[in-house]
Amino acid sequence: MSEKKTNRRDFLFTATYAVGAVGVGATIWPMIDQMNPDASVKALASTEVDVSDVNPGKTITVLWRGKPVFIRRRTQDEIAEAKSVKLEDLKDPQKDEDRAKDPEWLVMLGVCTHLGCVPLDQKGDYNGWFCPCHGSHYDTSGRIRKGPAPTNMEIPKYEFVDSNTIKIG
Amino acid sequence: MKNFFRILSLIILFFGFQLSSNAAEKVEFLKTHWSFKGVFGKFDRGALQRGYQVYTEVCSSCHSMKYLSYRNLAEKGGPEFTEAQAKAIAASFEVKDGPNADGEMFLRPGKLSDKFVMPYENVKAAQAANGGAYPPDMSVLVKARGGGVDYIYSLLQGYEDPPAGFTLEEGVYYNKYMYGKKIKMANQLSDGLVEYADGTNATVEQMSKDVTTFLMWSAEPHLESRHRMGFKAIIYLIILTTLVYFSMKRIWSRIETEV
Amino acid sequence: MSDHDYTPKSKVGKWFNDRLPLLTLANHLTEYPTPKNLNYWWTFGGILTFCLITQIITGLVLAMHYIAHADMAFDSVEHIMRDVNYGWLIRYIHANGASMFFLAVYIHIFRSLFYGSYKSPREIIWIIGIIIYLLMMAAAFMGYVLPWGQMSFWGATVITNLFSAIPLVGEGIVTWLWGGYSVDNPTLTRFFTLHYLIPFLILGLVVLHIWALHVPGNNNPVGIDIKKPSKDTVPFHPYIVIKDGFALLMFMIVFAFFVFYTPNILGHADNYIEADPLVTPAHIVPEWYLLPFYAILRSVPDKLLGVVAMLSAIFILAALPWLDTSKIRSAVFRPLYRQFYWILVADVLILGYVGAMPAEGLYLLIARVATAYYFLHFLVILPLLGLKEKTLPVPLSITEPVLGGSINFASAKNTERSNK
Repeated sequence: MSEKKTNRRDFLFTATYAVGAVGVGATIWPMIDQMNPDASVKALASTEVDVSDVNPGKTITVLWRGKPVFIRRRTQDEIAEAKSVKLEDLKDPQKDEDRAKDPEWLVMLGVCTHLGCVPLDQKGDYNGWFCPCHGSHYDTSGRIRKGPAPTNMEIPKYEFVDSNTIKIG
Repeated sequence: MKNFFRILSLIILFFGFQLSSNAAEKVEFLKTHWSFKGVFGKFDRGALQRGYQVYTEVCSSCHSMKYLSYRNLAEKGGPEFTEAQAKAIAASFEVKDGPNADGEMFLRPGKLSDKFVMPYENVKAAQAANGGAYPPDMSVLVKARGGGVDYIYSLLQGYEDPPAGFTLEEGVYYNKYMYGKKIKMANQLSDGLVEYADGTNATVEQMSKDVTTFLMWSAEPHLESRHRMGFKAIIYLIILTTLVYFSMKRIWSRIETEV
Repeated sequence: MSDHDYTPKSKVGKWFNDRLPLLTLANHLTEYPTPKNLNYWWTFGGILTFCLITQIITGLVLAMHYIAHADMAFDSVEHIMRDVNYGWLIRYIHANGASMFFLAVYIHIFRSLFYGSYKSPREIIWIIGIIIYLLMMAAAFMGYVLPWGQMSFWGATVITNLFSAIPLVGEGIVTWLWGGYSVDNPTLTRFFTLHYLIPFLILGLVVLHIWALHVPGNNNPVGIDIKKPSKDTVPFHPYIVIKDGFALLMFMIVFAFFVFYTPNILGHADNYIEADPLVTPAHIVPEWYLLPFYAILRSVPDKLLGVVAMLSAIFILAALPWLDTSKIRSAVFRPLYRQFYWILVADVLILGYVGAMPAEGLYLLIARVATAYYFLHFLVILPLLGLKEKTLPVPLSITEPVLGGSINFASAKNTERSNK
């Protein structure tokens, strides 16, 4: 009889603990989620850029989600250089076609994939970008070629709304 | 357990006391059924959409709603316009943006992320256009008035001819629900003033109710999820309290056997 | 206490404990002998700890989104209510949490008054408690200013102006408090800073409050000293822990009801109007928990004396252990004190009620009588009562008054009730 009693007691205590733990978890979640981007931040997740006066060989930098986005209208030489690179030579193999929908336009998050600095335009050993913080070299397609950065610079989601307007995000 | 009921009744008594003290100055407001009251209270979507229409067509020429964005119109628990409808609504407004590359401000069609366009640039401009009285921002108006929704609902229908001997200054109107019975806003609503998209008959009463519902939502946009979460939380607490109560009885029964 | 006898079983535990005796502390807290006849009024200590921690955590979260600037404070609060994930929930918990905190602290204080918990040897616990209560009022007042609504602004103006009653330096102090010539942005930022600081001071004082409590141990409904540990006590864990937990959950149900279904009922509508230095609201009323003191302030027709009376009403509590001359702690055995105790409770409730009413006519008269009685209770009735009152016979131990049968918590309580 006493054994039966012990079992029931154990069940009662276990149930109490379990239900209590669920409540603690459910209470903690709002305290964590409040630090995620809020509704007003999410609403600003896309931006439209007028690129009508960007000539070949020129880069503009726009702010998107608090980070710089490089929009470069590449010259024919740059395009040719980017396309000629063999995939085997790349640390993070990726074709130029996969990075630039329209080869003339490279739209890229201007953030070094090493530790988040903003690379300098038209610098470095590969005529692309060079990060001054720890010496990462990127080519004309924004791919990592030399230095500590692990991956190519990120391509955000973007589309051409019309021939003069790019929508990022 | 008995002690608990004592504590509980004391708490209720005490807050009852507080409430009655707040209620002392209340006027009898008009009564209507509000779908958002009560434990399971929800907004009437139709009323919210119609209320938005009344706000835009009637109120918005003087009253701002600076804390609302067009995206809110499509959010869950609100009027729940479709995303496309909300986009179209936003685009129908001209929003000031800039400065552009030339350093100039420009007008563009509104986007979902834009705040409701304000009728006046600032408070001073609003006062100047309204004989010195600032038409209050309506985002949280329901919560900023003693009687809440009942007060707003009554006020909109409270315009009457002043009783004999009641003097009204220029630009002041008689409203029996207004504090001091004098209001600087003229009666705005008349039967059939707006043509509801859903074909509802636009009586003054209907419009008052719809726009008040809309204002309640704008003041408490998360009311529905609050009610839902509250129900779950309280049910949960009751279950846990019951479990803890029996655990407590079990644990305390040990001493009885010991002694 | 058997603290010093404790040695951890494991070697690592012993190694650690010799260097930092945390395990001894944990052992002390779990084994802490607690009178077994504590009733539910004793659970509010635990509830108050919960309130403090809830306020600190939700406050921390709100501070991540709040902007302490006169131009942006109101907007940032609306931002929290509308856009921040669960922001409305966290703010409503924090705002209603203040009220729940005061509700619990008043019950805690009045429990102490009924059972004479402030008497020797617990005077220090009581005085620390009064300091905590003062800091709570300061924190609550400054917190109420932060949303920068009409009540925030005018409440801050009125309360800070109390200092102008001080002769000679008063005006200077008020200007210094404001950091300007009126309540404005500098006032808001310093109030925010202090509002953030005070809860941590309270937390420190709570540790001292509990430490001081653990020296003599808990008082109990019978109000007699007991041997510890003995048949009159139970270990804190699990007996008191589970009971405090049960009471806390009941409290949380009430709390949840306010947060989810009537979150604004304890606040004032005017605080949803942004602060306007040009227009004063028709009725300025403090939050409900400050109303009795507000009534005392207004019942005195002189500015300086009004402030003095209000402050005395709080500070007089600190002298309570010496004003109450009775040797018997618990009101259970003091039939006359028990009557006066309930009159005092009614008196404070009346003060609260008239504090919410306009200070005129009958209300003012009631406020004056109630204020006079408040001081009469502490300064005249209590000292005299201790000397004159014929008390009932006090049992020698908690278990003693029970005649046969099982000796447990419930029967001890029944005895207490039948004694009333």
